[in-house]
Amino acid sequence: MTKLTSLSIAAARDGLKKKEFSASELTEAHIVAMEGARELNAFITETPEIALERARESDVRLGKGSPLSAMDGIPIAIKDLFATEGVLTTAASHILDGFTPTYESTVSANLRSAGAVMLGKTNLDEFAMGSANITSFYGNVKNPWKATGGKNVGKDLVPGGSSGGSAAAVASGIAMAATGTDTGGSIRQPASFTGIVGLKPTYGRCSRWGTVAFASSLDQAGPMTKTVRDAAIMLQAMAGHDAKDSTSADMALPDFESALTGDIRGLKVGVPSEYRIDGIDPEITAIWDRGIEWLKDAGAEIIEVSLPTTKYALPTYYIVAPAEASANLARYDGVRFGLRVPGESLDDMYMNTRGAGFGAEVKRRILIGTYVLSAGYYDAYYIKAQKVRTLISEDFKKAFTSVDVLLTPTAPSAAFAIGEKQDDPIAMYLNDVFTVPTSLAGLPGISLPAGLNNDGLPLGLQLIGRAFDEETLLRVAGVLETAANFTHQPGGK
Amino acid sequence: MSIDRETVQKIAYLARIRVDDDQLDPLAGEISGIIDWIEQLSELDTNGVEPMASVAAMTLPMRKDAVTDGNCRDGVLKNAPDSEDGFFAVPKVVE
Repeated sequence: MTKLTSLSIAAARDGLKKKEFSASELTEAHIVAMEGARELNAFITETPEIALERARESDVRLGKGSPLSAMDGIPIAIKDLFATEGVLTTAASHILDGFTPTYESTVSANLRSAGAVMLGKTNLDEFAMGSANITSFYGNVKNPWKATGGKNVGKDLVPGGSSGGSAAAVASGIAMAATGTDTGGSIRQPASFTGIVGLKPTYGRCSRWGTVAFASSLDQAGPMTKTVRDAAIMLQAMAGHDAKDSTSADMALPDFESALTGDIRGLKVGVPSEYRIDGIDPEITAIWDRGIEWLKDAGAEIIEVSLPTTKYALPTYYIVAPAEASANLARYDGVRFGLRVPGESLDDMYMNTRGAGFGAEVKRRILIGTYVLSAGYYDAYYIKAQKVRTLISEDFKKAFTSVDVLLTPTAPSAAFAIGEKQDDPIAMYLNDVFTVPTSLAGLPGISLPAGLNNDGLPLGLQLIGRAFDEETLLRVAGVLETAANFTHQPGGK
Repeated sequence: MSIDRETVQKIAYLARIRVDDDQLDPLAGEISGIIDWIEQLSELDTNGVEPMASVAAMTLPMRKDAVTDGNCRDGVLKNAPDSEDGFFAVPKVVE
């Protein structure tokens, strides 16, 4: 029998149905993997007791032949940005010390109602602010992949971020899948760095209720999985309308898995010329060109398109996201939850608490956000950025009048070494150059592994779809996945 | 440099974040670098463009003005660093 920890959700679902193994056995195998891979630091909190209890409940349902969904009995990890009832929830920040919610986020509650088994809470960049998982109060996460050549041989690599713990957990076979959140690339870029599939749904597809807020007009939860089919299965369980989130889309969910027909004949695939940026790693261009050929071979029509405001997306994002963050993070005041550092006066207490509780990157973003929203600068920065956001969104709308989906690289490089780019915020921000425009426009995007670079590290390709057309996205991703036939595992397995 | 140490001090106070004196200059440098990079947006003509506050192409839904939750005081206070007699406790505000 195949190792239980190397199965996909779809394969495990079939195995559970045929009673080849039990949900408890499946969960136990993943708990052993979790305990054996602690040096990756992928988890902030492990919850093996909860996992075993939920697996036993799954076994009862499976025994009766009435599973709750395709996710029943599937062991998954939850990014530690989702509030989980009775389980420490940190957002990887010192300021949430000891915070144990009395409620459950809608996304994790939906997964629980679908029968999924929670293994634990995964590490991330503090408040999801970062692209390398090096800003967590709980320490860096290591990428399970190692370079087999080049300048980074023997070094620990970053898993990407902010959903770095989720990505490392799935890539190393600790969790069959994990939740991520994506504000500017935080699902797709780590998926690319760790050779897994990461789907950021359309803004509004998954409820934001109970998820620690970073930038509310951008934040969106999504699945991180081993295969495209698994992403479809998991999205089905996570998504849906929620009256508790006023931006949650009130529309029926399609059957995402049945979108994987394998047939993209006649489909129009756009290739945006502005994504061929100067100085890009030639290996990224090469894998992108290979992706274009694969889709062409499958019967798609390739069309060059233009998204003229692409180069302004990152600076726009670094106004909009910090501005929203500075407002959202005002709630961490040492009064209602988390850390309190005493002070002489109320103001002193606020300042001491927030000075000690937030890390350097979070402080920097709050300060930038406060600056661009402050009197005299609001119009010049914040309103200007919102106007450019309109232009970026219009670029996509125009492109989607002539194509069905866009194909781009996910990230401008493969995983880099821990410590690299650490002292240069803008170099770090450039990681998200291909993912941020999609986020600003609220569109769905998926990253899937397309191949290895010369140093033996995974490279991802990104597909971008029309709003609420995850079905086309998944269908094309399925075809690309088959063509790429990416079977590599970290550690040369 | 677009942001000086006094500006950092001012916005740090607005954001209620304690910043040590020896951190003011480095932060001024980092934030200036980012703001200068952001300035490239001024190249774009945005006259007559509507600012975009949300990508959700929908009007916010109305709900009934009714009580749907409550009676959970202990749950609300459960994570408070300090509480007294069913209230959040903070340093004295009024002399």
